[in-house]
Amino acid sequence: MAEKMAEKIIGRPGGLYAEFPRKGGAAPTATHYCPGCGHGIIHKLIGEALADLGIQDRTVMISPVGCAVFAYYYFDCGNLQVAHGRAPAVGTGVSRAEDNAVVIAYQGDGDLASIGLNETIQAANRGEKMAIFFVNNTVYGMTGGQMAPTTLIGEKTITCPEGRDPRFTGYPLHMCEILNNLKAPVFIERVSISDISHIRKARKAVRKALEIQRDGKGYAFVEVLSTCPTNLRQDSEQSTRFVNEEMEKEFPLDNFRDLSAETQPLLRGESDFSRDSIDKLFNLETESSPDAVHDPTFKEVHVKAAGFGGQGVLSMGLTLAHAGCNAQRFVSWYPSYGPEQRGGTSNCSVVISGESIGSPVVYSPDVLVAMNRPSLEKFAGDVKEGGIILYDSTIGAWDIPADVRGIAVPAMKIAGETGSEKAANTVMLGVMLSLGVTDLSRENFREAIAETFSGKQKLISLNLNVLEAAVKWAKENI
Amino acid sequence: MSDNQAKKEPYPVINILECKACGRCIVACPKGVLRMSEGLNERGYHYAEYTGEGCTGCANCYYTCPEPLAIEIHIPLKSSE
Repeated sequence: MAEKMAEKIIGRPGGLYAEFPRKGGAAPTATHYCPGCGHGIIHKLIGEALADLGIQDRTVMISPVGCAVFAYYYFDCGNLQVAHGRAPAVGTGVSRAEDNAVVIAYQGDGDLASIGLNETIQAANRGEKMAIFFVNNTVYGMTGGQMAPTTLIGEKTITCPEGRDPRFTGYPLHMCEILNNLKAPVFIERVSISDISHIRKARKAVRKALEIQRDGKGYAFVEVLSTCPTNLRQDSEQSTRFVNEEMEKEFPLDNFRDLSAETQPLLRGESDFSRDSIDKLFNLETESSPDAVHDPTFKEVHVKAAGFGGQGVLSMGLTLAHAGCNAQRFVSWYPSYGPEQRGGTSNCSVVISGESIGSPVVYSPDVLVAMNRPSLEKFAGDVKEGGIILYDSTIGAWDIPADVRGIAVPAMKIAGETGSEKAANTVMLGVMLSLGVTDLSRENFREAIAETFSGKQKLISLNLNVLEAAVKWAKENI
Repeated sequence: MSDNQAKKEPYPVINILECKACGRCIVACPKGVLRMSEGLNERGYHYAEYTGEGCTGCANCYYTCPEPLAIEIHIPLKSSE
């Protein structure tokens, strides 16, 4: 058998998969891009640099919305796909949570320069550690060829069929130039993949941006002038000419900034997401918030508490949720309130469960606590059949729905006589405790009150007294 | 291909199934040794073909090709036995 001659092979970059099972379909080894599209070329340049720099295992590639929405079919690294224009925000999160991550945001002109413009500028201004590859082909590709922020003056798209007219739609946005006004970016360059000589230069810029990420030095922005033969009704030679002769005139190729040599790695310290640090951050000492225990026999309870802002419905809900935690139940507390600090209406939903809670939203409560009339009007009809409505007796007569038990509680009165009218919310907790509707113990409630008011010692004893007074009232009157 | 190997000349390997006939490689080839096929591949596209001679291994066609799996450039190593 003849010995096979040694060869150097230039082919599929190591940063791209050998086939694309996530894509599937009839052609699982071809990209989903049109013939002559620039995305595949840019993917290859990035994929090559990922492998050559040995950073694949550290890399999180963020796919945009646009034709490259499926970039994660192709890149052999960590992948996310995010909402339109939000790659810099998600990338910020990734970069801060995983200090060692190489974050790449791959975005088109609609995604980056239109809906995502704010996030783009903010992330650049913060000098986030990420490489942005901004693919500018002057048109919205995926949605069928609409005008983009970078569409040239006079260029025809389906939404400017007579050509872009600056009297109506302004002028093309120059992203490199805009970002070059900011202090933080380390590297800004505009390149093109129109033809092979441009591709060779683009290859260097892509590599540079990723070297900066490898070394953790900060923000790198590479704008790539690219082709869209399909939407711009061009063949590949026309698309090359269009980029070289028309786009380049509007978007001159240049290195706007390269501070990579003099920039030191950006060190922010390790992010600590351990249980201990989170508990400490939220004042949850581990003993006071024991882990929830799975108990499928426990019947899930849905509670809604509603009233004016300032009546303490949110903190009542929070106390109830604390009580559930103390009983080692799964709990959720979900507030809903207007912009007013006082006087608006607010409500919260509390779910107490023996299993993981799917949604914290309560549509049909087992128990409704209504501290004012508007709350009754709004939520009384939602209460489950066989459920309970606790409402303050000052609301007066109310037509309680059939199959629901309505209890007028003199909450203001009991609270006022025991210490402070402001503790009317605690009266409702005492009544709930007495009725046994949440299956939580007196001790659970007492501990929860101590936690809720842990910053104000005087209020603990006051509220505990109110709780006991409410239990006493409930025993005697219900 | 084995001819090229024997002559120690570089040569492109075109995976014709992946070609979408955009023609970028044909324009990019400095030696003009690529051409568009008469026939169609399984997916219904014409495809780039190597005329069989003259490749210098510059890899222009590889870099300008938008399909990651469509073209490979093989360059025999001179020092090998």
